[in-house]
Amino acid sequence: MIPTNYFLILSVVLFVLGAIAFFVKRDLVTQFMSIEIMLNAANLAFITLARSANSADGQIIVFFIITVAAAEAAIGLAIILLIFRQKKTIKSEDIKLMKG
Amino acid sequence: MTEIFWLIPFIPAASTLILAVFGKKLPKKYVSFQACFAVFASFVISAISAVGLLQTAHGNYPLVKNLFSWIQAGSFQVNLSLMFDPLSAVMALVVSGVGFIIHVYSVGYMADDEGYTRYFTYLNLFTFSMLILVMASNLVLMFVGWEGVGLCSYLLIGFWFEKHSAANAGKKAFIVNRIGDTGFLLGILFIFIHIGSAEFTAINEAISGGAISVGLATLIAILLFVGATGKSAQIPLYVWLPDAMEGPTPVSALIHAATMVTAGVYMVCRMNLLYTLSETAAQVVALVGAITAVYAATMALTQNDIKRVLAYSTISQIGYMFIGCGVGAYAAGMFHLYTHAFFKSLLFLAAGSIMHALSGEINMKKMGGLRKYLPLTYPTFLIGAIAIAGVPFFSGFFSKDAILTRAFAQGQYSAFYYFIWGLGIMGAVLTALYMFRLVFLTFHGEERLDPEVKKHIHESPKVMTIPLVILAFFSVGAGYIGLPVVLGKKLNFFGKFLEPVIKEVKEVHLSIQTEWMLIAIATFVAFLGIFIAYVFYIRSPLIPRNLATRFPTIYKLMFNKYYVDEIYNAVFVKPTIKWSKIIYDNFDLKVIDGAVNGTATATGFAGKILSYFQSGLIKDYGLIFLLGVIIFLAYLLF
Amino acid sequence: MGYFLFFLLAALTVGAVLGMIISKNQAYNAIFLILAFACMGGLFALLEAPFIAVVQIIIYAGAIMVLFIFVVMMINVRSGIPAEKKKWTIYLSLVIAVVLIIELILSIKGAFTLPVSTAIIKAGPTDLGRLLFTKYLYHFEITSILIIAALVGAIVLVKKKEKE
Repeated sequence: MIPTNYFLILSVVLFVLGAIAFFVKRDLVTQFMSIEIMLNAANLAFITLARSANSADGQIIVFFIITVAAAEAAIGLAIILLIFRQKKTIKSEDIKLMKG
Repeated sequence: MTEIFWLIPFIPAASTLILAVFGKKLPKKYVSFQACFAVFASFVISAISAVGLLQTAHGNYPLVKNLFSWIQAGSFQVNLSLMFDPLSAVMALVVSGVGFIIHVYSVGYMADDEGYTRYFTYLNLFTFSMLILVMASNLVLMFVGWEGVGLCSYLLIGFWFEKHSAANAGKKAFIVNRIGDTGFLLGILFIFIHIGSAEFTAINEAISGGAISVGLATLIAILLFVGATGKSAQIPLYVWLPDAMEGPTPVSALIHAATMVTAGVYMVCRMNLLYTLSETAAQVVALVGAITAVYAATMALTQNDIKRVLAYSTISQIGYMFIGCGVGAYAAGMFHLYTHAFFKSLLFLAAGSIMHALSGEINMKKMGGLRKYLPLTYPTFLIGAIAIAGVPFFSGFFSKDAILTRAFAQGQYSAFYYFIWGLGIMGAVLTALYMFRLVFLTFHGEERLDPEVKKHIHESPKVMTIPLVILAFFSVGAGYIGLPVVLGKKLNFFGKFLEPVIKEVKEVHLSIQTEWMLIAIATFVAFLGIFIAYVFYIRSPLIPRNLATRFPTIYKLMFNKYYVDEIYNAVFVKPTIKWSKIIYDNFDLKVIDGAVNGTATATGFAGKILSYFQSGLIKDYGLIFLLGVIIFLAYLLF
Repeated sequence: MGYFLFFLLAALTVGAVLGMIISKNQAYNAIFLILAFACMGGLFALLEAPFIAVVQIIIYAGAIMVLFIFVVMMINVRSGIPAEKKKWTIYLSLVIAVVLIIELILSIKGAFTLPVSTAIIKAGPTDLGRLLFTKYLYHFEITSILIIAALVGAIVLVKKKEKE
């Protein structure tokens, strides 16, 4: 049996990598991908803890997260597509309509 | 079947909602059908529930339906709960029954009005509020209904708001009522402070348990009565009611004669234990009622506006109801309320029918001899007049007699009540006099019609005359459920019905001879009044004119309504406006506006600074979010 | 065997994510991500969650990533968009990464001592299905509404502009 903390540390590392990727990358699609990575890191933590708590509820939550992520991806990509059509760019620096 | 009583107010409420939202798109026919049907349904349920009450054992009163807890803060709790007991039953029946008839009448009366749907929306809303008022199981919810009917009254008085006088009359009614409501609210607060609950059952228990001293009871009772004088148009707050006649006539009949203005009487009857406990307060009620009864009657004598005469008559008759409450005859007061609802709404509707026939003419000086043109309006109006004048065998006689008999009987305890009785008798003469003055000037004598008006004269359509006939029937027959005690106690069915709610503390007995004598006096004064009117306005019309010229001061005083409006204007309205102006100029413009503008400037400045952080770049927001997470985690860890 | 698989999959996942960060080509990024998700599915299987593992591969590595690839194809940025080159951004992200990792590991330190239960978890597809339709029925139904909303939303968003 692989210890719980191995998985948890892997989950932490993946999460931080996702966050950094979001910060470092400059195109919207890849930034969106890094969000998916963070979500997956959370999923990993859920399933790990579900195993150690000997309960199936954690897996159910992951199931819901995946569903919500699918919905989110559909909407998010639609928005990105729209932005690209209107602005002809997906560089996140070029999109600052909300500048105060 | 009585459990469904809580539906009574909510059917008109639902109808109001539908009319308010979809009203503009609905056809007129459907609007009238729905509005009338909603009130009729309420009436049917009221009737079923009332029959159910008769079969319920007395101990099971009142039926209470707690819908939900409305306000809860510490020990302060108010439920939205409805109650059904004989007192509520009588009121609910009157409101929905008379209300239904008036709704039907309005279909004809308002047929050509542009605001047809708006009118019925308001009317349904009024029915709902009034039913909430009479069925509330606590003072706070009752106050909600109380304000609700006030609002509807305002809306309906100012129904033709493009007319300046109508808009002003609405405002006047609203403001005068606010003054009374202040007293009413203070009374509720005192009850809350000293009893801890506004539920009627709890209040009654506390009062009969001796939790309230007589002094406190007097204070509360008088504060509540101040509210009643506002809503029920008694001295000194009666001034709004005559002006309220600016509204459509069916509204005057429903709100300003039959139901809303009697809310004060209902409230006093509802709190009857309080008024029984405090004799002072009861005497105040009786005195105000008696003085108003006579005072308003004198003003009715000189008015030429047919609706205003009826308005003063209403004030006077409500005075009688308060006499009944003040002398301890709550059942009789309620009885007069109940009979008055029929004959007064009949009189108003008949007056409306006259106006309808005469293209809106309301000046009696321009009528006369209408008897032959209005073959249905005339007899019904006459029946109403006879009933209100107190001629035996008509409903008004029984109720008025019950009140005056009780007042006289109370004279055993204090001569004060003989005085009240005397005023009552005087008022009765005047009532018969002004009512028959109205009848004679309108329907008899020479024609004084405008030739232009005369061309278009016509009897009203059936939808208006049938309600008149129904009301006329009740104006005669409604009294027979409360026959005088002298004919046998069992025959006073009305009093028996109300007994569980109204605890008659002092039993008063009069000898049979005295009672018959009182009945004879009441009969005599009614006929006396009619006779005087006959002499004055048919036989020798010169007498009133001579009287007016011989006593010009008195006549002018009465004709100008004792200049009360002018006095109020000079004493209260003008100084208020003046001081408001001073405060507006100095405080509102400088301090409050300054503070508001200052806040706005400061906010704008802060916003400008903060907007530098809003780069619009999603990455920056992500970075700040991440930093926030780091700080938050650090806080949790260390 | 278990340990070997774990470290292999973990290294592949982290490597794929790093590759995604470094590569500037969106299509490659998507491929890296598919690899990462597939490895993640293997990790889930190691954690005795076979159902979720399969779902992960089918939905994430399959459906969602196909969406991504479609979008990448439609946008078709030939030259690619490289990562940030500014020095301060790199340093700042490194600092943030280190601090965040330390903090997160500190915060899950309590979980390290959790025992690994040896009992067999009842988390096969049957058990999950039963849970889903009993305890989590309402959540499940609400999720279905969410997905329909997302579906309709995506269509409306993209279609509205085509008319113009």
